[in-house]
Amino acid sequence: MTTPPAPTLDADPFAIELDTHRRYLLRVARLQLRDRDLAEDVVQETFVAALAGRAGFSGRSSLKTWLTGILKHKIVDAIRHKQRRPVAATAFDETLDVDVLDGMFTDDGAWKAPPADWGDPENALAQSEFMDVLARCLDRLPPATARVFTLREILELESDEICKELSITANNLWVILHRARVSLRQCLEQNWFAAAPRR
Amino acid sequence: MLHRLTHIVSCREASRLLSRREERPLASVERFKLALHLRLCRACTRFARQLVFIRRAMVRYRS
Repeated sequence: MTTPPAPTLDADPFAIELDTHRRYLLRVARLQLRDRDLAEDVVQETFVAALAGRAGFSGRSSLKTWLTGILKHKIVDAIRHKQRRPVAATAFDETLDVDVLDGMFTDDGAWKAPPADWGDPENALAQSEFMDVLARCLDRLPPATARVFTLREILELESDEICKELSITANNLWVILHRARVSLRQCLEQNWFAAAPRR
Repeated sequence: MLHRLTHIVSCREASRLLSRREERPLASVERFKLALHLRLCRACTRFARQLVFIRRAMVRYRS
């Protein structure tokens, strides 16, 4: 009978490597759960599971991707538990109306402020400053919108899984994701592509 | 004429089709309407490229 690894991260090189991803995982968990303590718990559980299951890490995917996969399961569990409390139920009301986005268009459907020319945006992808701006733009999304978008784009849940876990329709899902993309686009434009370049 | 063609599909509708395209394949009528609009509209062409870029940025963010 072996004892399970203690949830401390001392002096084990693998544990130290895990810990380098703590900030990222906490960010993702906070976007999902909107609760700092719960996010800490879920990330801690992820590390415990990773240490216990390290043999399952083949090195074929990156450690970050592997950890994110574990985090995904922990978050889905947390959402299921949270869902039973009356907290989450009302969270989507604000985002289900696609007409909210219509403020961006004139009455006959033209852009009020047409998207700007981003030039060649590929350079931005290699810059950590850009990734910080992206992270801040994700933080600025309305809470329910951020949750759905990160479930989809970071935790890589399939559409039907998201609809099932959050009890929303496919059309609701699309509206929320559309809103997220439009908001992110605007935020990136304002804070990177149209901002004073540090490039 | 040009004005009327972009009017068949507004920028509002084109932006929705572009976002829908990320979730499911568009029907052929939708594809046709979108392609027609994009040929005539520089703003929506930018929007389309920017959505693709955002998807790539998210891949980068999570890897």
